Amino acid sequence: MTGNSDGVFFLTGKDFANAGSASSNLKGILEKRGIPAEIIRRASIAAFEAEMNVIIYAVAGMMHYTITPETIKVVLQDMGPGIPDIGLAMQEGYSTAPDYIREMGFGSGMGLPNIKRNADKLTINSVVGEGTTVEFVISLERSGR
Amino acid sequence: MKLFELVESLSLDVKTPGADLTREVTGGYVSDLLSDVIGHAPEGAVWVTLQAHLNIVAVASLKGLAGIILANNRVPEEGTLKKASEMNVPVMTSGLPAFELVGRLYALGLRCR
Amino acid sequence: MTLDDIKGILGALALTGRGDMEIDIGRAYCADLMSDVLAFSVTNSLLITGLTNAQVVRTAEVADIKAIVFVQNKRPDIQTIAMAEAKNIPLFVTELSMFDTCGRLYERGLRSQMGPTV
Repeated sequence: MTGNSDGVFFLTGKDFANAGSASSNLKGILEKRGIPAEIIRRASIAAFEAEMNVIIYAVAGMMHYTITPETIKVVLQDMGPGIPDIGLAMQEGYSTAPDYIREMGFGSGMGLPNIKRNADKLTINSVVGEGTTVEFVISLERSGR
Repeated sequence: MKLFELVESLSLDVKTPGADLTREVTGGYVSDLLSDVIGHAPEGAVWVTLQAHLNIVAVASLKGLAGIILANNRVPEEGTLKKASEMNVPVMTSGLPAFELVGRLYALGLRCR
Repeated sequence: MTLDDIKGILGALALTGRGDMEIDIGRAYCADLMSDVLAFSVTNSLLITGLTNAQVVRTAEVADIKAIVFVQNKRPDIQTIAMAEAKNIPLFVTELSMFDTCGRLYERGLRSQMGPTV
């Protein structure tokens, strides 16, 4: 499949039963386009971490994806508490997650670092009390990484 | 087996200088869930985990564990080491993944039944 | 090491029915923190965990993990098992502790992402 495609998934805060389904759907879409497995894995992992952040911290949000022959771009926009110090949040191991989230296997402070590790470009914009936008891009061109 | 013997054979990095490494290790435990460790870890076990935050020290102390080994080169938070020293809970780190660490501890004869 | 070998070594029970038991598993990773699995696990590996929620199966799916062993006789709910079945991720449960599960598999030659394959 060639050309561009895009779409959006809606996310509900604390909906742990469906947490991850948007990333799972995105993975299926990438597979249908015949994108190499290692790139799909990176995109899926980054999307899943970003999706979990919305589910854990925000009231609601959406995941918008755009796939072109050159890139996969994923934007997660949420209505949530915002991130007061993005630099701190990017540090491995830094987390503000409550204990019940840690007991679910998340909130160990590896989420944003994991997105960064897998993406070619990561942009985070956040306003405390309003919400956060996480945008990452993964290149599909051979010279991309 | 003494804790210092584990430190030597697995080349662990001891992060709590002055901690008592002569204590006897009678078993092993691996978990990243504090509630699970509180519920199930046997006294005298050495605990392998990825959790680096402060509460691990209190849990280890509460359960009478022989020490904590952080896997994957996880860096303990500053507060974690301070509290560990105060409570005399040895904290060690290793670059090995938890699976490998446990495999080697098992090969040394430690079990968790 | 095949899934069938692993099932035997652990005395494990298969929770899913359709998977191919002859799949070769080259690596194993144990954790209860899914972000660590996402950061450090490798493809085509076995995940050993004490967590049984739906996110564990999601994590395996996005990280291309081949199969999951739940320790201490912990079982996921029926929806989670159904999801794994649909995604073709075999699930197993063993009565062993996570420590002995890792130890036994290591003893039989399974390794994590580091070091040579045995």
